[in-house]
Amino acid sequence: MNYTVDERGYYGQFGGAYIPEMLYPNVEELRNNYLRIIQQDDFKKEFDDLLKNYVGRPTPLYHAKRMSEKYGAKIYLKREDLCHTGAHKVNNTIGQILLAKRLGKQKIIAETGAGQHGVATATVCALMGMECIVYMGKVDMERQRPNVERMRILGAKVVPALSGSMTLKDATNEAMRHWINNPTDTHYIIGSVVGPHPYPDMVARFQSVISDEMKKQLQEEIGNPFPDYVFACVGGGSNAAGAFYHFLQDEHVTLVGVEAAGKGINSGESAATTVLGKVGVLHGSRMLLMQTEDGQVVEPHSISAGLDYPGIGPMHAHLCEVGRVKFVSATDDEAMNAGVELSRFEGIIPAIESAHAIAALSQFEFDKDDVVVINLSGRGDKDLETYIRWGKY
Amino acid sequence: MKNRITELFAKKKGNILNVYYTAGFPALNDTVTIAQALQKAGADIIEIGIPFSDPVADGPTIQESNKVALDNGMTLHLLLDQIKELRKTVTLPIILMGYINPVIQYGVEKFAKDASALGVDGLIVPDLPLHEFEEQYKDLFKSLNLCNTFLISPTTSEDRIRKIDAVTEGFIYAVSASSITGAKGDFTAEQTSYFERLQKMNLKNPFLIGFGISNHATFSNASQYSAGAIVGSAFINLLKDSKDIPGDIEKFVKSLRSK
Repeated sequence: MNYTVDERGYYGQFGGAYIPEMLYPNVEELRNNYLRIIQQDDFKKEFDDLLKNYVGRPTPLYHAKRMSEKYGAKIYLKREDLCHTGAHKVNNTIGQILLAKRLGKQKIIAETGAGQHGVATATVCALMGMECIVYMGKVDMERQRPNVERMRILGAKVVPALSGSMTLKDATNEAMRHWINNPTDTHYIIGSVVGPHPYPDMVARFQSVISDEMKKQLQEEIGNPFPDYVFACVGGGSNAAGAFYHFLQDEHVTLVGVEAAGKGINSGESAATTVLGKVGVLHGSRMLLMQTEDGQVVEPHSISAGLDYPGIGPMHAHLCEVGRVKFVSATDDEAMNAGVELSRFEGIIPAIESAHAIAALSQFEFDKDDVVVINLSGRGDKDLETYIRWGKY
Repeated sequence: MKNRITELFAKKKGNILNVYYTAGFPALNDTVTIAQALQKAGADIIEIGIPFSDPVADGPTIQESNKVALDNGMTLHLLLDQIKELRKTVTLPIILMGYINPVIQYGVEKFAKDASALGVDGLIVPDLPLHEFEEQYKDLFKSLNLCNTFLISPTTSEDRIRKIDAVTEGFIYAVSASSITGAKGDFTAEQTSYFERLQKMNLKNPFLIGFGISNHATFSNASQYSAGAIVGSAFINLLKDSKDIPGDIEKFVKSLRSK
């Protein structure tokens, strides 16, 4: 079965480009050029070089022995938390800014929720000497002050999104509006596998370095490129897309996406889109979307700002529908406990997003020889405030 | 079966005034009152917006009206009830404009059928892809005698404008600038050359100019190049602060039509 995007930009019934006409030329320019550019030798060379020498790739695949003992399996952590800027997000921003340069763009815009994608974008803009504007919900700016200041130190302009609920989805709306108003000189770096085609495919390709490395590292470590399981948390879905990408055709590898259940799936404060969402269109693609019967987008909830998104990208929506990825969820409390557990067992404080992937381990019964890879998408430094407020450690 | 939009364009060749407002704004039941007042004041087309939580193509004024309408309890089902009510007195062409997601939840086909049966003449769904319309809905719209309007902007290529023209029934919505909606000042030389370019293309459909039409100067200026214009944000601003909606609408439409 084919799990990647078709030539029209769809994954099964999901994907496409549901955009107002004013955005059509921008998106069309990308669609017509992205594959050609990212397959060029000089692009690949520059991309690989920056990933190696600037981001610090390949990131280690670490055999977590104490966690392995506890869960009765061979547990490996893919250490995306060790990437420059603290999370996998930078893999994509490097790819996109190199693409933007080759398209002759001078300015970069981005949206951000928790600020990780905003920081990763501001970082590569500083690196390339490009003007950077990051839209961030006013509420998120207050919740994530250190990341706001990091972006400013890096020279980016952070613009508060004041519409709607003033969070990630509104920041995305504002970035799209900015792009409509500045169609020729600006590239919009979307941070997740969402948005109109070709964004979900493009972001997945840039993030696919994660599973590419996993395969090589497993081959070296256990003499076989295939694990039994890969776990990744899913908000919009970028780290999961990267962690699953090169295993999609290997049906014997169980892929597990972990969503944020918030205060519980039926609590009314959740972000478990595959359970609570229906087919819908937001930010330019047909996806699974949390919404009212009238089709109004519902505000999700998760203790982790990076998973606090009402939709799930089209590739994941399709993988869920056809059953290739098993979706489960972890609550706020389960994720926080898992974050502390990993800190105590392995000396690694994970981002709360990534802690959701760890929290899902206890929902599975493993054989002791099972090889389980968890994509540790980010580090917990940015979440210190949340850990402190939660307090149970 | 007649369609009020095609009839209008057949008999009136210029200065067509299309006024946009958001359903359920400023108060839930103003939808009907406003339509009646627009008809009395001499507007030509009534374009009613279906409120959506995430209206990406709209500027702050229309976004805010969407939010107020949703807070008032506006829904697509309720809007269709209001259309039924206002069709008792309003004979002007009516267009519903809305983002695709609420329409998907209602069911695109069911929505087109129900809206048409209640006397809606046309739909504008700015984020419905052209190819999807062509492949899935064009025949349906035709069988219902429902007009469909697509947007074009200064950055839309000539090829694509021709493609849009070929599948459009009624009129084309020419967005005046590469921008989101919002009342602005006068047109730039770049904008007028874009309008002239459109004029020279000899499209099968007439076009109306929208975005940035706020007063007599912009309305009459736009009408020089096109069949007429669409007023949105400026009208929403008027409604927002109005103490006498019918009276203010009367004055507003007069002020657009004459100095």
